[in-house]
Amino acid sequence: MKLTLNKFHVKDIQFGEISRYEKGVLYISKKDLAEYLLEDKNISSVDFDIARPGESVRIVPIKDVIQPRYKQSGSGQIFPGYVGSVETVGNGVTNVLEDCAVVTSGKIVAFQEGIIDMSGPGAEFNSFSRMNLLIPLIQPVENLDKHSHEATVRIAGLKTAAYMAKTTLDMEGDEQETFEHESILEMGKKYPDLPKVVYVDMVQCQGLMHDTYVYGLNVKGILSTLIDPLEVFDGAIISGNCAAPGHKNATIHHENNPIIIDLLRRHGKDLCFAGVLLSNESAMLNEKKRASFYTSNLSQLIGAEGMIISEEGGGNPETDLMMNCRLHEQKGIKTVLVTDEYCGRDGTSQGLADVTPEADAVVTNGNGNQFVVLPKMDRVIGDIEAAKIITGGNANSIGEDGTVSVEIAAIMGSCCEMGYEHMMTKLR
Amino acid sequence: MAKTLESFGIPTAHICSIVPISQAVGANRIVPAVAIPYPLGNPELPEDEEIKLRKGIVEKALKALETDIAEQTVFE
Amino acid sequence: MKKIVHYLNQFYGQIGGEEFAGQTPILKEGPIGPGAAIQGLLGEEAEITATIICGDNYFADNQKEAMAVIMKMVEEQAPDMVIAGPGFNAGRYGLACGTVCDAVKKQFGIPVLTALYPENPGAEMFQHDIYIIETPINAAGMRKVLPVMTKFIGRLLNGEEIGFPEEEGYLPQGIRVNVHTVENGAERGVNMLMKKMKGEPYTTELPMPVFDRVPPAPAVKDLKNATIALVTSGGIVPKGNPDHIESANASKFGIYEITGIDNLTGDLFMTVHGGYDPVYATEDPDRVLPLDALRQLEREGAIGKLYNKYYATVGNTTAVKNAKKYAEAIAQDMLQHGVQAAILTSN
Repeated sequence: MKLTLNKFHVKDIQFGEISRYEKGVLYISKKDLAEYLLEDKNISSVDFDIARPGESVRIVPIKDVIQPRYKQSGSGQIFPGYVGSVETVGNGVTNVLEDCAVVTSGKIVAFQEGIIDMSGPGAEFNSFSRMNLLIPLIQPVENLDKHSHEATVRIAGLKTAAYMAKTTLDMEGDEQETFEHESILEMGKKYPDLPKVVYVDMVQCQGLMHDTYVYGLNVKGILSTLIDPLEVFDGAIISGNCAAPGHKNATIHHENNPIIIDLLRRHGKDLCFAGVLLSNESAMLNEKKRASFYTSNLSQLIGAEGMIISEEGGGNPETDLMMNCRLHEQKGIKTVLVTDEYCGRDGTSQGLADVTPEADAVVTNGNGNQFVVLPKMDRVIGDIEAAKIITGGNANSIGEDGTVSVEIAAIMGSCCEMGYEHMMTKLR
Repeated sequence: MAKTLESFGIPTAHICSIVPISQAVGANRIVPAVAIPYPLGNPELPEDEEIKLRKGIVEKALKALETDIAEQTVFE
Repeated sequence: MKKIVHYLNQFYGQIGGEEFAGQTPILKEGPIGPGAAIQGLLGEEAEITATIICGDNYFADNQKEAMAVIMKMVEEQAPDMVIAGPGFNAGRYGLACGTVCDAVKKQFGIPVLTALYPENPGAEMFQHDIYIIETPINAAGMRKVLPVMTKFIGRLLNGEEIGFPEEEGYLPQGIRVNVHTVENGAERGVNMLMKKMKGEPYTTELPMPVFDRVPPAPAVKDLKNATIALVTSGGIVPKGNPDHIESANASKFGIYEITGIDNLTGDLFMTVHGGYDPVYATEDPDRVLPLDALRQLEREGAIGKLYNKYYATVGNTTAVKNAKKYAEAIAQDMLQHGVQAAILTSN
């Protein structure tokens, strides 16, 4: 399979009469986009706001972050199962708006929504603060149950992202990057001497605000499965969850899975990237066991010699992580685990809930309990009161002077366990 | 928390669904539960069966409290 | 010029060998033994104005008295810093070095430094509280250690920010801190895998944490007459969360009345735990805190009685140290109220 990402570097977003992309500026017609989103009868009203890098702006509560993409050519369309049909994707040309994202906000669904600060110390904790953001503020109809509310906002976010990228159809981007990925049998013949690496993408499915979707299918109840790395670039995997904003895998993380990108760039050079396995993180012990047994079985079937496993969330998913580690190592497949930790505000508590002696090669993307005091921002998009109840926040989170004191678990993507950011925890 | 209570001489049964975590952290008396969002329940069952299920798990916990053990034990 | 007081044992203090291990604490002017070498390296930066010498056996057998005398000596000298050793792997000496430094730091608030072999009991006991330079196993390593120790002394005296153990040479204090990296986590992961697959050395970023074990408490002898209490880390609290328990990394726990309540209902109780789908617990909180089942068993006589209060906190990313603190307080409350056993529910 071959996929070319046609990248447009967005310099600014502005509201305008007609939605269009011109010389690096994305113009959005509020009226037109609102009409499109209001086709969903569960939305009673929607407004939009813009946040730019360096502005004194805080956005809270945030459900998902999505990168605008739209397929120029190839099978299917972006976000299959939602915007696109369920036809498989991952080939042709996909237009990508870089330095740009959709951030869904509005009435809070549940505790696990997050914060993005566009400047100040909070902005250091994720890459989103350096992007031009469009924020749909979605108000659901009265008495909508929580599960429907979550789904409504999720889909509205994907539609918005697709709508934005569609403005670039038939244009030539600022740069292109092409990824190629042969069939497993072909690459085995082509690279007999390169180490065979498989990536296990562990995906959460633990209920409201803790689910992940592949081609529109909730991964709850699936048997571990194989997916082509190129499919994720077209939004085949999307996020329905906020397992603590600091380490949920937002849709933008799935679209830009940094482990997949790094492995693809090295494919055929110093390693043979054999494939991606999806292994779910269920809320039941028996299902955790089934998932890790089956994943290790698939790895063996593929002929993996080494494996990178990324976790999503923390606490009980550590059991999935350790089980996957142990089962693979027992089969002679070398593992590296990618995770984060919660060792308390003082950094001295045990950072993982489950352990196994075979886990001797672990990457950590930060301690989510690190406490920060975020200064007052001139503008808050959304609802500042939400900071009191979201993960990482507490009743005293909001100071009278407008400061927000939280653990970085409250900041979107701060400890992303796919390794998207540039943070690590060290022992002193 | 379970092992802290036990260190004060209070036998404690830990009802939890992800037994490996309880084992790793070090609880002594462990009783497996149903699932994370409903450790002592099951929304798919009719109410009276759910209560029976809950009572069954609690009875196992009581059994754990009455049983002298030398090391970590899972009471299935 | 900054003043340093140096603590040594009878051997390094040049009193004598093992036969003088009963030496009581004495104060001598200026640097002695390894102190003289350190002074040479320090030059004009600081002055070791006095050396306290105490026999290892005397210290071990009369710690209270020895410390009283030593602390008085330090107080009178009023130094800017106290150093001890190096003690290498000498156990009694290492414990003395650690004890003196730790007490000085706590009482006088001045920087302290010693140097020990990692497996010295003094290192294991004090490395989380004071800086301890890592030394080789015995005094053959003296020439290597003294420059490292001296450099560190200078940095502490100047109030400079101390870097990481591998850069500065001290034993890890067990504190994990977040740092910025050049490569993102994914690149670090792929690089680590390549090294591991090729059999090249690599360093894990997160060594597996270790959890202590506690011997099981004796079982309840007479369950039919016992008082049992319910505890949960599932965040079940009275509606409105009156104590504002956080949805993650809880800073507290609550104690709530259940007198006369036979089962938990969604109108009076709620869950505040942010780490699981709350829908089912909201419909019926008994699914997390099985009050109805315990009441049934109470009526049937399976237990003596259910304590009329329950304890609740949130286990979502809550630090182990804090959970332990809450459990200690809960245990004391239970003991005060005649609770004999507990059922703890988690998600």
